[in-house]
This record gives sequence, C-alpha cells and structure tokens, in this order.
Amino acid sequence: MMNLAIKDIRHKLGRFVLTTVGMSLLLMVVMGMGGIYRGLVEEATLIIDRSDADIWVVQKETKGPFAEVSTLPRNMEERIAAMEGVESARPFVSHTIQRDYHGRVLRLTVQGIPDDGSWLPLVRGRPLSCGHFEMLADKSAKLPLGSELRLGNDTYKVVGITERLNSPAGDAMVFVSLNDALAIRDHQPGEAIRHEREARVRRFEHVAYGSTAVDHAETLRSARERPAALPGLRIGAVLVKVRPGWDVEDVRRRISALPDVMAYTADGQREIMLGGVVARSRRQQALFRKILGAVSAVVMMLVLYTLTLDKIHDIAMLKLLGARQGVIVGMILQQALLIGCLSFALACLIGNWAYPHFPRRVVIVRGDQVVLFAVVVGISALASLIGIRKALRTDVGEVLS
Amino acid sequence: MKEALIAENLCKHYGKGNTSVVALDNVSLALRTGEVVALLGPSGAGKSTLLTALGLIRAPDSGSIAIGGQIVFDNGYRTDPAAFRRKHLGFVFQRANLLPFLTAEENVRLPMELDGLGARASAARARELIESFGLANRRDNLPSELSGGQQQRVAIARALANRPELLFADEPTAALDSALGRLVMEMLRDVAHEHQTAVLVVTHDTRALDVFDRVLKMEDGRICGQERSADVANERSRRE
Repeated sequence: MMNLAIKDIRHKLGRFVLTTVGMSLLLMVVMGMGGIYRGLVEEATLIIDRSDADIWVVQKETKGPFAEVSTLPRNMEERIAAMEGVESARPFVSHTIQRDYHGRVLRLTVQGIPDDGSWLPLVRGRPLSCGHFEMLADKSAKLPLGSELRLGNDTYKVVGITERLNSPAGDAMVFVSLNDALAIRDHQPGEAIRHEREARVRRFEHVAYGSTAVDHAETLRSARERPAALPGLRIGAVLVKVRPGWDVEDVRRRISALPDVMAYTADGQREIMLGGVVARSRRQQALFRKILGAVSAVVMMLVLYTLTLDKIHDIAMLKLLGARQGVIVGMILQQALLIGCLSFALACLIGNWAYPHFPRRVVIVRGDQVVLFAVVVGISALASLIGIRKALRTDVGEVLS
Repeated sequence: MKEALIAENLCKHYGKGNTSVVALDNVSLALRTGEVVALLGPSGAGKSTLLTALGLIRAPDSGSIAIGGQIVFDNGYRTDPAAFRRKHLGFVFQRANLLPFLTAEENVRLPMELDGLGARASAARARELIESFGLANRRDNLPSELSGGQQQRVAIARALANRPELLFADEPTAALDSALGRLVMEMLRDVAHEHQTAVLVVTHDTRALDVFDRVLKMEDGRICGQERSADVANERSRRE
C-alpha cells in the first residue's frame, strides 16, 4: 500500500517545511526554557559543588555567603583548622563588581582561591603562577587572554580562560589569589583613608598631655573616648574538609557549638541555595516551561487540524473509494508524528547553535531531551486526535460538494 | 443480461415537520449488466439523492437495494457500505476528484491497493487501464498537470480499477465541452459493453443521449418516465 502521508507531504512540501520550522522554533524555546532552568540550578550550586568542601562555616545567625552577607574574621580559618576532625580549612572570599570595560558593562564575581586554580576547567592559558596581579577569567566575561584589567590600585592580567563558570546571578566568575580578592574588595581611595586617619587623630586631641598612664588608660576605657578599632580583614566563610573517617555531621555540630559561627554541610548549603536564593526563579522557569508546553500542544493541534481540514475533500474521496478507517487515521497520525519528530530534531540542531549565544547558561541534559521527545510524540499523537475525529466524521457525500 | 441492481420503494426526506422535503418518493428501478442508463431531470428532482442512495453513500430512509443479487440495504445497511463500495461500485463525478498528491497512475492504483491488491499487480492493471484511455504518456503526471478531459478519463479508469459491477456517474460531462463530453459518454458506454458493467449516468446533457440504452426521467422525487434513448434523441432532433 502506497504511503499516502508521505505523498501528501511531498505534494505540499513548502507548507510542510514551514510548519516544521515553525514548530521546531517553538520546541527550541521549550527546550531552551528547560535548559535555562537547569543552567540556573547548575550556576546556583556550581561553587558549592566545585569547592570540594564538606562543611561551610559562616557568620552566626546567617545562612551563608550566597543567601545573605556573611563576614568572619580572617583568623577564623586557623581556629577552625585547629579543631578535631578537620583535615583542612580555607577562607572563602567572593564578591561581585561592576566596571566599564572598553565601553561595555562588565559584571564579574571575583572569587579568591587559596591555590593556583589548576583544578578549574581551563580552556586556554595557564593557572595562576604568582600570588598577585594575575587572574583566571571565565569565557563569558569576554576578557581576552593577556588582557589587563584595573581593579582598585592594581592591574590584573588574564592568564587563563575557564569555561562555564558563572555565579548564581549569571555573572562571569574571575579567580584571583585570596589576598588579591580581599584587596579588590577592601580597596579604599586615598581620600577615604586620609579622612579615617584624621578621625582617629581627633579622638586623641583632647587627651591632656602630662596625664599619668593610669589617667590615659581610664580615658581609653570609656566607650565614648575609645578610638575606633581598625577594621580587620574579613572573609565570607571558611570551607572545611573533614578528616577521613570522621563523621561530617559530627564535625559540623562541633563547629556549630562555637558561639560566633554557624556551620552547614555542603548539602545544607545547596538546599539553602535551591530552596531560597533561586527558588522563585526556578518556580517561574518551571511555570513558563509548562505554559510553553501547553501553547506548543495547542499550536500543534491547530496546525494539524488545519492540515486535516485542507484534506477533507480528499478524505471524503478516500472514504468513497472504500478506504478503511485505519488508512485515514494512519495518514493523519503519520503526518503528525513526522512533523513532531522532525520539529524536535530541527529544534535540537537550531538549539545547539543558538543556546551558546544566550546571555544565561543553557544546560541541555540528555534525560530532559528524551522526556521532551516523548512528550512531543505524545502531543503529536494527541494533537492528531482532533484532526482524526474530524476526518472520521467526514461525510462521504462531501465528495459531491 | 442479468439484473445488476434492483432498488425498490426507496424513500428519502430532508428536514423535519413543515420544512420536510421529499427527495425520493417510492422510487423503484432495475439496471441490467452491460446496460448504460441515463437519469434525466430538472434540478431538485432527486437524481443526485437517488445516485447517493444507490451508491451506498447516503442511506435512504426506507426501501431496499440489491446489487448483484445481494441485498445490501433493506431499511438499513445489510453490509459494510465502505467495503461494498470498494469491491463492487465505481464512481465518476462532475469534477474528476483525483487525489491531488498522487500521479495519474497512483490514482488508478489506489482503489486496488485499498482492496489489498499488491503494488506490482495494481501498477500493471493501472497502466493497462491508463493506456486503454490513451493516457500512457501522462501516467506520471499529477492531476494539476492534466487537462480537464484527461483528468476525467483518469477518474473513469480509477472507477473501473476494481472491476465494479455498477458504475455511477454524476454529471460527468458538465465541466467539459460538447465534443469532449460526448467522448466521455461514449467511453462510459464502451466500458459498460466491454466490461459488462451497469452504468447509471445522472445528466442534464441531452446532446449525447443516443449513446444510452435507456433514459429514465425523474421529477419531484419520482421516476416519471422511461424511454429508449433512440426515441429521446429523435424527439430532441425533431424539436431542433
């Protein structure tokens, strides 16, 4: 039996191609929304996953450096490192900056790293080779290898390019040494430093010369007269690696017992990120995805229904010639599935080209694609039902009209 | 000649209550194998309704139809009309109604393949039929690439594909010029005589009535007269 569906498609190839292209663009958007959703989750948990820390130690009564501001004294690293069950402790410094760079806005998340960053996914260049003024930048920052960037009082040279490392907000990440990260964050212009110095001097101005050391000490004890404490170097968190054989939860509880810190396991931090920081965006993405899925289904239904309507006279003729219902159903169903499958394949091809150009990361997971393919096949079959119903109800007498 | 079709007391109404229209009013007729019969009548006489009833396209309200000795309708279908049409009936209409996405040959092959005949056998018979209608060089053309007359010849070839016992034609020459119209009518007559197929042609065209064996006249849903076609043709020439 000749394949009527294919012959009909060949006859109206232009229309079929346009329909398929239109459907594929729609599916590409659906797929892209899913990918953006995945990208959002991946970006949100990227630092947590890559940091290889068992425990995150943060400021007391806070949820950590991603959910809110968390500051700890620089020496917290040594305090934690000295605790039982701790294999290593390293400081975590991360902050976002925005600069103008060759006429464009450059948003970067500056990440301080305690080593040369050789564990990062470098696609070009090399790891950091000295403790200062070198930088590893993510590709999405569009900073060429060898380019220089002025941050604070210092100029940093891009010596390595990483790939797919973005902050939870989607900003490109750059990696510098820990001290450089602190210097960039705490940089103050000379005028601000002069004002600060002047304020300190003024506090001592009314202290009478010739007073005894006891009198002077009394004065300094008064809160009103005490000079402001010099701000020490602050870090965002301390990342803890637990000694092998020790229970992570047990070590976490011990650290949490300290009066000025909170400790979360890596899973706990991940939950905080996904449950709080990006939860709303995730829900919105998921909702958009569902709406787009529904729109695609409706559009597909309408397209297939219209294609069937165009063939009503031919279908009536087929019925007059005694075609079994299966022949007519098969023709419509095959066309629907062909449109669905080809649209999906085209959507994958267009997506592969287009997604890297999206401003936010689009992560296409094979499992998601398989599910989407199954959904597309299901929707195609479902969408064809309305056309099939119309076809089966077609009066043979239509052929006379 | 044996009876190819016997229809008795066919009734069909359209609408309900005061708006009810009688389309067929106790119509009875018989067609014999190899006979070519014209069905004449003004618009609204019920010709097309009768053809759709006899062709198992739209069921009459009551009556009975027997085709080839088998009762197919007796106040309700006694067989699957689609399957019966496929095996025993052929149709030709005013428009050729060829499937636009199939070539001439494929259009002729289609009824045979729908009936389960293999691709090779159906293609061979389709070629034979197309050649017999003088379209050998057009068999790979789509309907849109054929003239009106060529399309109608393909439609007749398609109607004959499954060697039907009955062929129904509804105004088959309405869209053709008189010469081509006559040619088509003659083809139908030749088909009837060569294939021993009973042919019922609904027509307004009285110019080619001499090709028919009988002429049935219909008015107000009833067959009101029956003449030999030669008589009708003579009467028409006398008037002219």
